[in-house]
Amino acid sequence: MKPPPFEYFAPATLDEALALMAEHGYDAKALAGGQSLIPMMNFRLAQPEILVDLNNISELAYIRPSDDGGVLIGAMTRHRMVERSPLIAERAPLIYETMPKIATEQVRNRGTFGGSLAHADSSAELVAVSVALNARFRIRSQEGERWVSAKEFFISLFTTILEPEELVVEIAFPPMPERSGWSIKETARRPHDFALTGVVAMLTLDNENHCQQVKLVYLSAGDGPMEGCQAAETLKGQPLTAETIQAAAEIAASADIDPSNDVHATAEYRRHLAKVLTYQALKEAFERAISNN
Amino acid sequence: MMSDLHNVTVTVNGNKYERDVEPRLLLSDFLRHELGLLGTHVGCEHGVCGACTVMFDGQPVRSCLMFAVQAQGHEITTVEGLGTMEALHPLQEAFWEAHALQCGFCTPGLLTTLVPFLEENPDPSEEEIREAISGNLCRCTGYQHIVDAVKLAAEKMS
Repeated sequence: MKPPPFEYFAPATLDEALALMAEHGYDAKALAGGQSLIPMMNFRLAQPEILVDLNNISELAYIRPSDDGGVLIGAMTRHRMVERSPLIAERAPLIYETMPKIATEQVRNRGTFGGSLAHADSSAELVAVSVALNARFRIRSQEGERWVSAKEFFISLFTTILEPEELVVEIAFPPMPERSGWSIKETARRPHDFALTGVVAMLTLDNENHCQQVKLVYLSAGDGPMEGCQAAETLKGQPLTAETIQAAAEIAASADIDPSNDVHATAEYRRHLAKVLTYQALKEAFERAISNN
Repeated sequence: MMSDLHNVTVTVNGNKYERDVEPRLLLSDFLRHELGLLGTHVGCEHGVCGACTVMFDGQPVRSCLMFAVQAQGHEITTVEGLGTMEALHPLQEAFWEAHALQCGFCTPGLLTTLVPFLEENPDPSEEEIREAISGNLCRCTGYQHIVDAVKLAAEKMS
């Protein structure tokens, strides 16, 4: 199928883009990499009357170190760039490991870091990763700017806190805490399919190598990024043994997530997968945290 | 609602083209219908099958997931730009010799994916090749001869 007619603008600067978004509001959709929006338009699941194409705004594509030891990623940075960035490998190894899992190489050549996040598909790896890493989003409008935490940013499927005239311009990741480990595990039937379900784990150990802090965030397990809060509670202050990890995995799978039934998998199977993947992720995150000392 | 036509100038296979198009015209349809370059095929129109893959400023992208107006000022290479009947690209020769195509529907998308791949990876392992083609679906060959063809091409090009 083909998209219905729309008006198209290709501003050269952020200010021009924000002026267009302010003028056209609800009728306009920002076009970033297009790797999620255009399929929806081709199927007429999305029918924006106006597209504001951000691809000529080079000032929005960058990867920079931030003063606190973390990284800043411009919203229009192509996945391809993030995937190959030594700065990301060094300061945000979880992101570095995640990038090759996103769709296929061809999609990553056009898709953008900020576009994936603003699209807010609950099956997007970066959505779960940004919550797990406590990312902060810089949001601009013609009126000014505001910062929002990843947790506040995602409201539900394809729904974010963005007002119609706003654009995400930058995503800030804090530095990895000391004694931390990470992992991302997902399963799909064919390489590069949308994951049936997946989990991102971020773990920080205390001086006795017990769990000081753990974050588990699930993709394709509910309406948005699902946090394994109850599972995380059981691990606080505890040693990370096969038993404690298994117990946490079971709680996460039964109580923390809300997966759906569809043609690809039943909710029951997704829960089973979540349990298995949580175990693997926590084990790997723990091993990494230990070896990072 | 009729949308205004936009003027787009794009270089395809080294030739400059200028057309007036609706913004909603997909790059895949622009190449096929406006420029008559039928080598780029349309499969799923949502980015998963790879049949529409072309080189955009030297990198493989899904032409079904771009609008023609977005190609303004950029350089595109389609399968027609890789070689001629008289002088096939070594990769095209290798596909022929290794029987890496049957119906040929997926083939242009594979070629435009693999040419940049071989430029970056002149001596790939089988595993690397299989990963490189994992964004292109083939219903005919079972992929083995495609892998063979890439190895053969790497040899030819070394």
